[in-house]
Amino acid sequence: MPAMTQREKAQVLDEPGIDRALTRIAHEIVERAGGTDGLALVGIRTRGVSLARRIAVRLQAIGGHPVPVGALDITLYRDDLSLKGEAPVLRGTDIPFPVSDKTIVLVDDVLYTGRTIRAALDAIIDLGRPRMIQLAVLVDRGHRELPIRADYVGKNLPTARREAVQVLLHEHDGQDRVVIQEPDA
Amino acid sequence: MGLTRKDLLEIRSLEPGEIQTILDTAVSMKEIASREIKKVPALRGKTVVNLFLEPSTRTRTSFEIAGKWLSADVVNVSGSSSSVVKGETLIDTARNIEAMSPDCVVIRHAASGAAHMLARVLRCSVVNAGDGMHEHPTQALLDLLTIREKRGHLDGLSVAIVGDIAHSRVARSNIAGMRKMGMSVTVAGPPTLIPPGVEELGVKVARRLEDALRDVDVIMMLRLQQERMTANYIPSLREYSRLYGLSLEKLRGARDDVLIMHPGPVNRGIEMAPEVADGPYSVILEQVANGVAVRMAILYLLIGAKGTEA
Repeated sequence: MPAMTQREKAQVLDEPGIDRALTRIAHEIVERAGGTDGLALVGIRTRGVSLARRIAVRLQAIGGHPVPVGALDITLYRDDLSLKGEAPVLRGTDIPFPVSDKTIVLVDDVLYTGRTIRAALDAIIDLGRPRMIQLAVLVDRGHRELPIRADYVGKNLPTARREAVQVLLHEHDGQDRVVIQEPDA
Repeated sequence: MGLTRKDLLEIRSLEPGEIQTILDTAVSMKEIASREIKKVPALRGKTVVNLFLEPSTRTRTSFEIAGKWLSADVVNVSGSSSSVVKGETLIDTARNIEAMSPDCVVIRHAASGAAHMLARVLRCSVVNAGDGMHEHPTQALLDLLTIREKRGHLDGLSVAIVGDIAHSRVARSNIAGMRKMGMSVTVAGPPTLIPPGVEELGVKVARRLEDALRDVDVIMMLRLQQERMTANYIPSLREYSRLYGLSLEKLRGARDDVLIMHPGPVNRGIEMAPEVADGPYSVILEQVANGVAVRMAILYLLIGAKGTEA
């Protein structure tokens, strides 16, 4: 792949902005579910897991009980696996609770084509039969290629396909912010 | 880092980083074994041919399960049911299999170098599941995974490999892998079954079993391969067992937390007393379970993606 340099076009969320978005999502989850009973969060590796953990802290503050968090690696379910040059690194699925009969909230950083979520739905259903699966994302950047939508969105962000949305989180990047990048002309 | 090679033929030519990648991938694969529905779609539409021209239960079953859990179609060809008995050469057999467009051929053969030869003539991936007295790379990888799981790391650990070193492809692959991962290896066995010049592989040689067992982290007992014993290497099975068999008494000189491994099948009462094989230090069945995970990792890394040369 030719190395394409990316240039930062705009910052769309700062640290307080991410905080507020996650707090609002947590409240919406509780409101829709009528509490936190039977609720479980599953983050999609890598940044979805960190976001799921942050939402879980807020859910516990609201509901008073810990909400289980799992991590999902969707690599083995990707529809483009056989198109890749090299087998992508596996980080492993770690869901330490039964998913059957739970309301599962899938958490990811950016919703784009919807193909990752399609793979995640297959992966979760292979583990059991949840009562319901919902989707929470920090950023919805549009350009869906599948009939998939998010239940909870931190920020709707109209983008061009040539642009890239990058979510930076303290756990991985040492800072909290969301930026749009565009190819260097 | 992935694996960019077409074939897995031997440990000798693997980089330590590649071994690390295979072991890390295998850890992720183990989670699938714990599921109620043990199947992921990663290798859907891929075909794996198990070409086993030498008897095997564990390795063939292990590759078959590994392929099936990843949704590959797995076809088994064994020696007695193949056209090899009608006099077809290995290369002809392989070319005919290739005409059916498999993505990977897993080969077990009594001739050293058989897997390398196939890899040269076939466009698809080739995995060596044991070639004569040369190598058995997936066995060494599952052994490394088992040790790493139990000890948390490999670097700095010490191992005694005991028995018929001369005829053992398991020993050869393990010595190569363990040395690459920073482990120290001592071999022990009857002088007739220690190959001359084995020190060049970076191992120490102990003449007495008791000397080899003292202070090591891992004891790996090898099977006495009576099918490869074409000459009188040992005076009698009884004497072999008395000097080099792992009994509870000999184990007293070893560390309290030593791991005991065996690649199987165990000749109970010859290289290992039944109380030892079934005892608390034995990780023999964990080795078998890890075998499936390691083979899933290898199939995924070799044929999961398109490959770099397509």
